[in-house]
Amino acid sequence: MSGILNSSIGRKFAMALSAFFLMVFLLQHFSINILSVFIPDTFNVVSHFMGTNPLVQYGLQPVLIFGVIFHFVMGFALEIKNRKARQVSYAKNNGGANSAWMSRNMIWSGLAILSFIVLHFIDFWIPEINTKYILGDMTGMHNGEFRYYHELVEKFHDPLRVGAYVIAFVFLALHLLHGFNSAFQSVGANNKYTKGLKRFSKIYAIGIPLGFIFIALFHHFNH
Amino acid sequence: MASENMNLTLKIWRQKGANDKGKMVDYQIADVSPDMSFLEMLDVLNEQLINSGDEPVAFDHDCREGICGMCSLYINGEAHGPDRGVTTCQLHMRMFKDGDTITIEPFRATAFPVVKDLIVDRSAFDRIQHAGGFISVNTSGNTIDANAIPVEKHDADKAFEAATCIGCGACVATCKNSSAMLFVGAKVSQFALLPQGQVEATDRVLNMVSQMDEEGFGNCTNTGACEVECPKGISLENIARMNREYLAASLKG
Repeated sequence: MSGILNSSIGRKFAMALSAFFLMVFLLQHFSINILSVFIPDTFNVVSHFMGTNPLVQYGLQPVLIFGVIFHFVMGFALEIKNRKARQVSYAKNNGGANSAWMSRNMIWSGLAILSFIVLHFIDFWIPEINTKYILGDMTGMHNGEFRYYHELVEKFHDPLRVGAYVIAFVFLALHLLHGFNSAFQSVGANNKYTKGLKRFSKIYAIGIPLGFIFIALFHHFNH
Repeated sequence: MASENMNLTLKIWRQKGANDKGKMVDYQIADVSPDMSFLEMLDVLNEQLINSGDEPVAFDHDCREGICGMCSLYINGEAHGPDRGVTTCQLHMRMFKDGDTITIEPFRATAFPVVKDLIVDRSAFDRIQHAGGFISVNTSGNTIDANAIPVEKHDADKAFEAATCIGCGACVATCKNSSAMLFVGAKVSQFALLPQGQVEATDRVLNMVSQMDEEGFGNCTNTGACEVECPKGISLENIARMNREYLAASLKG
């Protein structure tokens, strides 16, 4: 087992496992955020729970951060190794003849998502950590009511930020359109269910980012 | 599709030897029949070059019937050119039209160094095969007839499909990562699916993958380009099977 992470297949497998974890997280994140559109009060309650529950904060949150860091560090490491595997490039290469754009450009869609995560952390995560763990305010309240919904809505006033979020989610969709099925192939799942899974992957890969775009635009135009 | 003879411009990679820098050189070739194979067209070019006192273009070929996998040509940005399910000798000039410019390069991968012009050294594949692409059979006089061991039809078909890989290297050449996983996946699968392959299954996959990594091939990112360009239609299922075999073997120790 010791050398498995040094092997090409072991790294593929690790990449896929972190991808599965992140895709589940994405679904959970979306499920909570969509509440802000339909039932803001429930969104506040769930946000407060997620923001203060010790299991989430000290258990799941570090695992999530590790998962994100692992996924992009491993992604970069593999990209560097793969580039070394062809030091002289072709004078003419017709990649579009045999593979999808998304599959050939995971590093670029991944970098766009990484840039978005930095912006997202500056927007939400760092202020949240500051309020709770630096200032020590664990109440989740502001002017007598939960602050989460207002903080969310406020962030989507700026059209530039909304634009950046929309672009990032388009890249997320492109990343998932290849990544979802790729993760299954990497763990060795290529069987009679693969065709159905490919159809489902399109729904997930387009549906989730589209949902996030809807949330951002809804709050932008509704307030 | 052309039906009349063609005049073509060829942009060909010329490299005097392994240590030469190499460059693309343009050639004009006239009166190319659409019924020629691509290699026959190169033969005509070479005759032309020899007659004019120039060095002919070195390219690899052997059987010229789509089974040796020697040709290793990247034509107009695709391994073995724009046709599907063919090697270069099976690619016909009718796929091109009069006035076309055709770019011809050797397969590019760090693990497939260029020997000369369009010839590459694919011995990395041989070393991967030596690492585990075999079964041991007792030939001391009491050998069991292979047909006496029952094999499920489905598995036999899959093993046969995997065994049709000719080791041409189109998968490596096509893959944006120069990954050899379709080749190794096929070689692992053809034995993993058969009872005769079970005895050495653990060592086989571990050793072949280890040798593949050592040769400097890149990592598979599941673009599927290899499957599309493979002249024998080797399926990505074989990579998934190799991944399963490798994980199981790693856990077993």
